[in-house]
Amino acid sequence: MSAKRIRWFIGVALIALMVVSVFVVSIPILFHHKLQYISFFKHCFFVLLVCSVLCLYRVLRGPTAADRIVTIDILGILIVGFCAVIGIPTGRTWYIDIGIAWTLQSFISTLALAKFLEGKDFDE
Amino acid sequence: MRSKIVLFILAYILWALLNWVPDWQHLLVGVFVSVFVVYLTAGLFPTRFKYLFDIKRYLWALYFIPVFLYECIRANFDVAYRVIHPDLPIKPGIVKIKTGLKSDIALTFLANSITLTPGTMTVDIDRSNGILYIHWINVRDTDIEGATKLIAGKFERILKGIFE
Amino acid sequence: MNNLIGMILIVVGLIFDFFGCLGLVRLPDVYNRLQAATKCVTLGTFSIMLGTFVISGFTAVGIKALLCGIFLLIAAPTAAHALSRGAYKAGVKLWEGSVVDKYGEDRAKK
Repeated sequence: MSAKRIRWFIGVALIALMVVSVFVVSIPILFHHKLQYISFFKHCFFVLLVCSVLCLYRVLRGPTAADRIVTIDILGILIVGFCAVIGIPTGRTWYIDIGIAWTLQSFISTLALAKFLEGKDFDE
Repeated sequence: MRSKIVLFILAYILWALLNWVPDWQHLLVGVFVSVFVVYLTAGLFPTRFKYLFDIKRYLWALYFIPVFLYECIRANFDVAYRVIHPDLPIKPGIVKIKTGLKSDIALTFLANSITLTPGTMTVDIDRSNGILYIHWINVRDTDIEGATKLIAGKFERILKGIFE
Repeated sequence: MNNLIGMILIVVGLIFDFFGCLGLVRLPDVYNRLQAATKCVTLGTFSIMLGTFVISGFTAVGIKALLCGIFLLIAAPTAAHALSRGAYKAGVKLWEGSVVDKYGEDRAKK
């Protein structure tokens, strides 16, 4: 029980450290007269990167195939977020096109993997 | 034929939004693309045309959006609380609920709304009996009537107003 | 002002994304993980898209971001439903602390 608590406190400390190091640096930018986009979106990109690393941990550890398929689905949704976050500061509009295509393609591939898991043919 | 016209208008609006700041070249190509899409997928979208101009359904749909958004945001805070709590206060299980909705699209919307509300997720649908199997992260009631009232009570009346 | 509102929406979306991925690591079985991850990550990414729309306004990027968010809000619950049914039919067990399993009882009856 106490070992569990200690692990929880270590996790909370790590998360707090990350939040401080990521966001406290960017708060002055929010009140700056001329907003500097690039710096803010760099921090956003870092948070999404940490989320992807957590997903990859579950891909490596997942006991069953279903866990890994769930994680691949979630990773697809996170990549759409990446596309939006990159697209604004660089001003390249085609990143969001990649996001739309990735949403639909990830949906189709998840359905195909679920059907495969169920052990059926692809035409129900 | 009329359902094809409705599908054509929807596809054309989607094309215009995807090529935003539309000029006449995009709109001209969009006509051909929309006709092609309607030719391919016309059998998949049966439209009941007489319901399309019923103003009461649109009012129900407008009422559905804030209720759904409120439940959705509450779901997120609920799940976030359960995730960061040190003891993981979950009590999962699969319950079943009974619904009075009949049409396919209403059942689809009910299942999707249930999936996005606090702690509930649709596992399977038995369409002939109108029974939905729900995975619930914190089971509060195991019999059919109580679970139906707690899970689907808010959405069922509104969806009946929209689709049936 | 629009930029500030958009940035706040993006930060809220990032926080929910992070909680969803944390739930993916901490919760004990496939169905609970699917619940946490699907809800939090879907609404989080939808919030990021909404922030993009607020920052860019009615330009090409803004309209496409809004469309992308709506596609996501329709597609993600359907994928979660298909995945949970597939996992149950593939024989993935519920967590041992589960209370009831009406679906398994009804499947055993048939």
